[in-house]
Order: sequence, then structure tokens, then C-alpha cells
Amino acid sequence: MSNILQLGAGHPHSAESEEHSLSVERLSMSFPHGDRLLVALEGVTLEVEQGELVCIVGASGSGKSTLLNILAGLDQPTSGRGHVHGRVALMFQEAALLPWLTASGNVELALELRGVKRSERRDLARELLGRVHLQGFEKRLPHELSGGMKQRVALARALAQNADVLLMDEPFGALDAITRDRLHEELERIWTETGLTILFVTHNAREAVRLGDRVLVFTSRPGRVGQEVRIDLPRPRSLDSPELAVIAGRITDRLKHEMELINGN
Amino acid sequence: MATELAADIAGVDAVETAPRPSRRFPLQRVWDGLWPKVAAAALMIAAWQIVVWSGWKPDYVLPGPGPVFQRLAQDFGNVNFDLGIAITLRRALVGYAIAVAIGSAAGILVARVAVLRKAIGSAILGLQSMPSIAWFPLAILLFGLNETAIFFVVILGAAPAIAGGLLSGVDHVQPILVRVGHVMGARGLSLYRHVILPAALPSFVGGLKQGWAFAWRSLMAGEIIGIVGHQISLGQQIQFARDFSDAEQLLAIIVVIFVIGVVIDSLFGILDKGIRRRWGLLGAEA
Repeated sequence: MSNILQLGAGHPHSAESEEHSLSVERLSMSFPHGDRLLVALEGVTLEVEQGELVCIVGASGSGKSTLLNILAGLDQPTSGRGHVHGRVALMFQEAALLPWLTASGNVELALELRGVKRSERRDLARELLGRVHLQGFEKRLPHELSGGMKQRVALARALAQNADVLLMDEPFGALDAITRDRLHEELERIWTETGLTILFVTHNAREAVRLGDRVLVFTSRPGRVGQEVRIDLPRPRSLDSPELAVIAGRITDRLKHEMELINGN
Repeated sequence: MATELAADIAGVDAVETAPRPSRRFPLQRVWDGLWPKVAAAALMIAAWQIVVWSGWKPDYVLPGPGPVFQRLAQDFGNVNFDLGIAITLRRALVGYAIAVAIGSAAGILVARVAVLRKAIGSAILGLQSMPSIAWFPLAILLFGLNETAIFFVVILGAAPAIAGGLLSGVDHVQPILVRVGHVMGARGLSLYRHVILPAALPSFVGGLKQGWAFAWRSLMAGEIIGIVGHQISLGQQIQFARDFSDAEQLLAIIVVIFVIGVVIDSLFGILDKGIRRRWGLLGAEA
């Protein structure tokens, strides 16, 4: 395999940084909303270690996406700070592929913007698309691909950025159950192979427990970390296993409680 | 086993999303695109012939298609006539090319600079609805009765439409694509080159097409009103034909002007459709 992809143990920062790959300190974010301020995030503090897969689960409106946007550098926090150690990639709920580029072209653009030489891009893109099981689909345009395949191209594109931290904003939220299940497996495999640090946002407690080393339960309005659950179930986990369902059930209860608190006010 | 299942699913996806192969031969496809135009032309000529037969006007005022096309065939053998077509086409192409350059530059500048945006964004819209031939008297004062005055009018006709198309394309780029560009590290010019301009291309081509229509109209108006030097442009010839009450010649030139307009318009149509197909904007019919 290519040395440029930094596969396996040869992770660029693994030697010097036993420390946190991503840290958020007392971060707050508010938007003007009509004549008053809407506080989306208040005093959020969290840390993600190198190579860890952490899930954030919260109801809609809990500021999860806002947090990822800040970490990706797309927004500035009102106060506090969010810091990512190394390069960061972000995946959205929509694949957001550039519609005029082929699957390969989309991945190649990420490589080009990263500074990869022209002569190497095509082969690297083919390799990356192969890793998300899209060999043979390199020349397809996005509108010729299914939803699951588009999201795979988006994953390959995120991998092409050779980021140290991958932020995922409900990336599988719009997919059917079988496709989603399949992509969970692929993500888990790629995560194990690359040693990526992943912060994965979802509103689905089962998905969070299926994937995460830890699950952070976000409170709503303002959003902050309400509870931290360490998931010690062995991998690979099944979405349908009773152990997983029990933990997910508790998290869901907590989320429901949160929503009742909001609606009660 | 997991991989097998993944391959299975990819297989199902592949069947669902495979582009349907076209069963038709290339020649057949060309004919498919052509026959509605041929039919329309036949209908128009038939209608024209019927009006002539009705005896509404004497045929030295309104000759039928037969004599006009015969005259046209003779005209093509006439050096001055062919030269006239060449002069007019050259003006159209030069004027349009300048309009594309100015319109594109203005469009990008206005899109990028917020102050300009506020100041002249709406002015561009206003210019688009202005009949550019209204500028012609001013152009004559500014430049004299020469080709520059004609170019001025052609450019003022086409450039606002081109700038407007680009501007509205840039305006309607999906915000998520811009964010994706940002996340991948594209900033400033790089973001424009890789994300915003390609995303705006379908709308830009729409502006180019509209700009061409305006340029062609403005050029004809300019040539008919302003007789420039000794050049025998199409517009000039049509005016001479009227002066000599030569209705056959007049209609023959109208046919030429019409055909040039239709041919170039359909070239834009092909370009437009190609881009829309590539961009996935055509839907199922693609």
C-alpha cells in the first residue's frame, strides 16, 4: 500500500503525542436570534485521545453540529476554545460531492488541495475508493450513484485529506438501515486500519453505542456534556445485541428526560 | 463474509444506478434532434406561401418562398453578399467576445466585493432590461459613426446578461459545497476555481446564451440604423434593399439573419444540455 496514506501504525503524530488529539475547553457559542441571544453551546468541555472514536449523542437543537463546525474551523466560538491537534476533515449528513466531478475526481480534488502531485493522484484515488468498496465506480458521476455509495465517496474524500481527526456530522442519518449497518462496519475497519481519531455526532443512541469507545450525551439548549458513558462491549458490536440495546436504552431515557425538561419550561 | 455481503450490496447499487445504454445509432440521434426544426421550418414556409397565395399584397411587395430562395441562391454567388455576411459575423464575434470578457470580469468582481455588490448589483439587472439600441445615439456622439459605436452597443447589450448569469450562478451555489471546499483547504481564488465557478457554470452558460441573443439583436439594429463607412454589412444590405424596394433581396437577407441566429442558438443549446447532464440537473430524462 502507499506510504503517503500513512496506513496502520505509522501515524504521523503517534510518537510525540500521547496527549489529546482534540480538546474543547469551556466553549460557548451564541447566535443573535430576533432581539435576544440564542445560546447553542455553553461551557462545553471534552477531550478525545489519539486514535479514539468518540460519539456525541443529543437531540436536535443541542448544538452538536455547531460544535463540529467550530472544530473544523468553519465558525468561531463566542468564548472558550476548541483545538484539534493536526489536520481535520469533516463529513456531513449529505455527501456534498461536487456534482460535476466523477467519484475519482472528487477524491482527486481533495488530494490536489492537500498538495499531492498530479501523477500520483489518480492511483491514490483508486486505492482510496477501493477501501470503501467502490472499485469500478471511479468514473461515475455523483448523480449516477446511490445514497450509500455517495456517502462512501465522501468518506474516501475525507480520508484523502489524510487528516488526523475526522469529524462526522450524522453522516449516515439519511441512509436505510442495511446500508447504514454496512457503513458502520466499513468505518470501524478503516478506523482500526488507520488509527484515525474520530468524533462522530448522531441523534441515534444505538448508533453511538455501536461505534463509540465513549459516548457523550449532550443536553439541549444550551448544549453541554451532560453525561459520559464508556462503552466496554467487545468489537465488532452488533446493533441488535441485547447488551448494546440496554446501554442505548438508558441513553435514550436520558435524552427523553432532557427533552421533557425543555418542553416543560 | 462481511466483504461478500458488501460486494453484494454494491452489486445491487450498481444495477440500480447503472446508466442505461443508448440503443440508438448516432445518426438516428442527430435526426431525432433535427426533425422538429425541419418540421418547424417547413410549417413556416408553408404559412408564408399561403399568405402570398391569398393575394393580400402584390408579389413585388411580398414575394413567395420560391423566388426568395432562388434569389438567395444567386446571392451566395455574389462576392459582396458573402463579404457582407463575413463582416457582420466578424462584428458579432468580436463584439460578443469583448462582451464575454467584460461581463465575466465584472460578474466576478461584483460577486467578490461586497461594496460593489451593493452599489451595482441591481444596476446590472437594470441594464439587462434596457434595450441597448437606445445607447446608439450616445455612441455616435462618443465615437462617431463607425464600427466602435456598433461594438459599444453590442457590448452594452450582451455584457449585463453575461455578468448577470455569472452573478446569479455564484449566488446560488449550494452553501454546503462552499463549506466542503473550506474543509478541504480551498480558500480565496482556489475556492473560486475548484468550487464556486464550476458550480455557477450552468447559470453562466444561460447568461452566455442570453447575451448572444442580445448581442445579435443589437448588432442588427446598429447596422440598420448606422451606415458605417463603405462596408456592406448584412444590416446595411437590408436597408439598401428597402431603399430600392427590392423585396426579394430583403427577405433573402432576413432568411440569412434568421438562420445564423437559429444555428448559433442551437449550438448554445447543445452546450447547455451537455453541462446540465454532466451536473446531474437533467434528472431522469438524461
